[in-house]
Amino acid sequence: MDRLYLDHNATTPTAPEVVDAMLPYLGTNFGNAGSVHSFGRDAKVALETAREEIASLVNADPSEIYFTSGGTESDNIAVYGTTLRLAKRRPHLIVGAAEHHAVLEPAEHLQKKHGLELDLLPVDRQCFSSVETLRRLLRDSTSLVSVMHANNEVGTVQDIAAMAQAAHERGALFHTDAVQTVGKLPIDVKAMDLDLMSFTAHKIYGPKGIGALFVRSGVKVDPLMLGGAQEKGRRPGTSNVAGAVGFAAALRLAARCCADDARRIGRLANNLMDQVTARIPETVIHSPRDHRLPQTVNLSFVGVEGEPVILQLDLEGIAISSGSACTSGATEPSHVLAAMGVERAVALGALRISLGRSTAEADVDRLLHVLPPIVERLRAMTSGTAGVR
Amino acid sequence: MSAQRGRVLVAMSGGVDSSVAALLLKEQGYEVIGAHMKLWDFVDVGGDIHRDGRCCTIDSITDCRFVCDAIDAPFYVLNLSAEFKETVIDNFVSEYRDGRTPNPCVRCNIDVKWDAFLDKATALGCDYIATGHYAIIEQNDEHRWVIRKGIDGTRDQSYVLWGLRQEALARTLMPLGSMTKKEVRALAEKYDLRTAAKPESREICFVADNDYRRFLSEFEAKRGRTFAPGPIVDPTGRVLGQHRGTAFYTIGQRKGLGIAHPTPLYVQEIDVSRNRVVVGCNDTLYHNTAEAENLNWLAFRAVEADFEAEVKIRYLHTPAPAIVRPLADNRVSIDFSDPQRAITPGQTVCFYDGNTLLGGGILSSQT
Repeated sequence: MDRLYLDHNATTPTAPEVVDAMLPYLGTNFGNAGSVHSFGRDAKVALETAREEIASLVNADPSEIYFTSGGTESDNIAVYGTTLRLAKRRPHLIVGAAEHHAVLEPAEHLQKKHGLELDLLPVDRQCFSSVETLRRLLRDSTSLVSVMHANNEVGTVQDIAAMAQAAHERGALFHTDAVQTVGKLPIDVKAMDLDLMSFTAHKIYGPKGIGALFVRSGVKVDPLMLGGAQEKGRRPGTSNVAGAVGFAAALRLAARCCADDARRIGRLANNLMDQVTARIPETVIHSPRDHRLPQTVNLSFVGVEGEPVILQLDLEGIAISSGSACTSGATEPSHVLAAMGVERAVALGALRISLGRSTAEADVDRLLHVLPPIVERLRAMTSGTAGVR
Repeated sequence: MSAQRGRVLVAMSGGVDSSVAALLLKEQGYEVIGAHMKLWDFVDVGGDIHRDGRCCTIDSITDCRFVCDAIDAPFYVLNLSAEFKETVIDNFVSEYRDGRTPNPCVRCNIDVKWDAFLDKATALGCDYIATGHYAIIEQNDEHRWVIRKGIDGTRDQSYVLWGLRQEALARTLMPLGSMTKKEVRALAEKYDLRTAAKPESREICFVADNDYRRFLSEFEAKRGRTFAPGPIVDPTGRVLGQHRGTAFYTIGQRKGLGIAHPTPLYVQEIDVSRNRVVVGCNDTLYHNTAEAENLNWLAFRAVEADFEAEVKIRYLHTPAPAIVRPLADNRVSIDFSDPQRAITPGQTVCFYDGNTLLGGGILSSQT
């Protein structure tokens, strides 16, 4: 059976060019970038070259790029590393209500365990937050505002530059989780006026286990881990040279085909939304039509739970998800859809289909062919046919 | 993908039995899908999170994954914790509060495995569900689905299966019923299944430390509820000591009464309405008759006349001959030929004709 991967917001297949770029650093060039000898020097040059490339692709200075293990770690450093050191003067922070848990949970932990004051920036039915609301929530004591660039579950792209400006007007720092957008949408940390930005390699056809945190020059961030001088002490630990090289290669590749990909994939995804809505009655689309991470389609079929649809598609070789892979297996509906005000029963039916670079029209057609009968059968199924009560 | 014999969802605990059940069905030509039911979380039930190897822990799920990978079957974790909490755990607590001693595994079978899980199987397009129970499902002459004891006498699990309805039995496969545990382990070893040497787990899965009193206290404390202490009395009403709450006692219990007495004392009655625990000597635990309710019959539609059966009143009880008489409201009275020790309200009662399970119910009283 030919398998079809439509879960690119969870992760992406590593591009062959990326693998090729990494291989020398998993083999002959194995040195520790911190070593003084020739092995170390080779590794260090590769690491710093990767940093420079990555920096230039988001319009940052290389000294502003810190390598981490990925999006979650970058988010954690951004949230803890700034707010705690400012806590005395600025004990308040604001994070988006539909943020990834890598931002939400640290924020809630800061509130519970460190007594910081937390406000959640609400989202509307399409997951947009308003800059006006943000302005109302901002205080002179706000240390950090963190709002993700594109939501991983529904794909909503926020007006980050306007929010950063609002935060700066009150002297607060602005962080964005751009894990879903770097390499897919144009990113310019200077034009967007960002202080901190989390991003990662594996969402853009790079390897897992490597990510980065952009920290604008002059912004102070405390480390979460101690024990080494790597990444200027802000993220100690032996450098992941092969990962960094792969990350740079993936971003290079993305920069080349980013615009074309976005247009093509956006058309496919819009067509998917239209066709599903036309073929399956009572389809609710949660993703916005515009200002959307083009590849993302989040929808529910009223009266149908998401899980059996996903499992049946898996049995047909088609991979989609219910939302974030980081929370799958939970019975509670997605916190993103809850924050958007989606009714619980409908939210439990949420399906996230995320297309990618290799997705062809025929792939969308295959999904459109398989999906209607599955939904129809599940709707026809009467529950409670077994056991005694 | 071969599906000549249909698609089957195998309930996998992570133990050797369900692993071998999946393996056998695969060999027999079924399209096997493995599924682990996630029923509870340590956060909700308390206990020692570091004790591993049990059902519903990550280690068990990993074991299931490896077994399914080895037999080339898809594997899913199905979260049924809401259903489990609403039916099994809440019932477990309320039964103890009502002075009864529940069989949570029986409730789980009726309300979760052969209800919610079966629904999940239907939703996945499965023709059958399968489990690793040591019991045999077959149709009798009247075309009714009945359960026979597994051939491994020491492993027979028919006692926990009395609650299954005909429609559920018609869609259930139990491939281990005609095997011995030894054969099952040998097969697991032959196929190098990583669960081959896993030890048995026979305690209540969500009471990981096997201390149901600790569980009840903690579970209720989280909801702001407590247990009322009261007197322990002898059959004449003389107060001998204090109990911590009637829920912490079960009929036949001797240990933990905290009473110094020249002869051994046993709990013979739990009187919730007067908040008393009545104790007596061993002889007072024996009764000739009992009543049962909430009956489910496998071998026939309903009981119309008295019949003889061998009656089993707890998991490790040897079935005893008795006359079963129908009463109103889906109840029966049971007259044992010989008095039986510690007939316990809340416990499962099963009625057998030789190796065939005729039906079962819940003991409501001893008389």
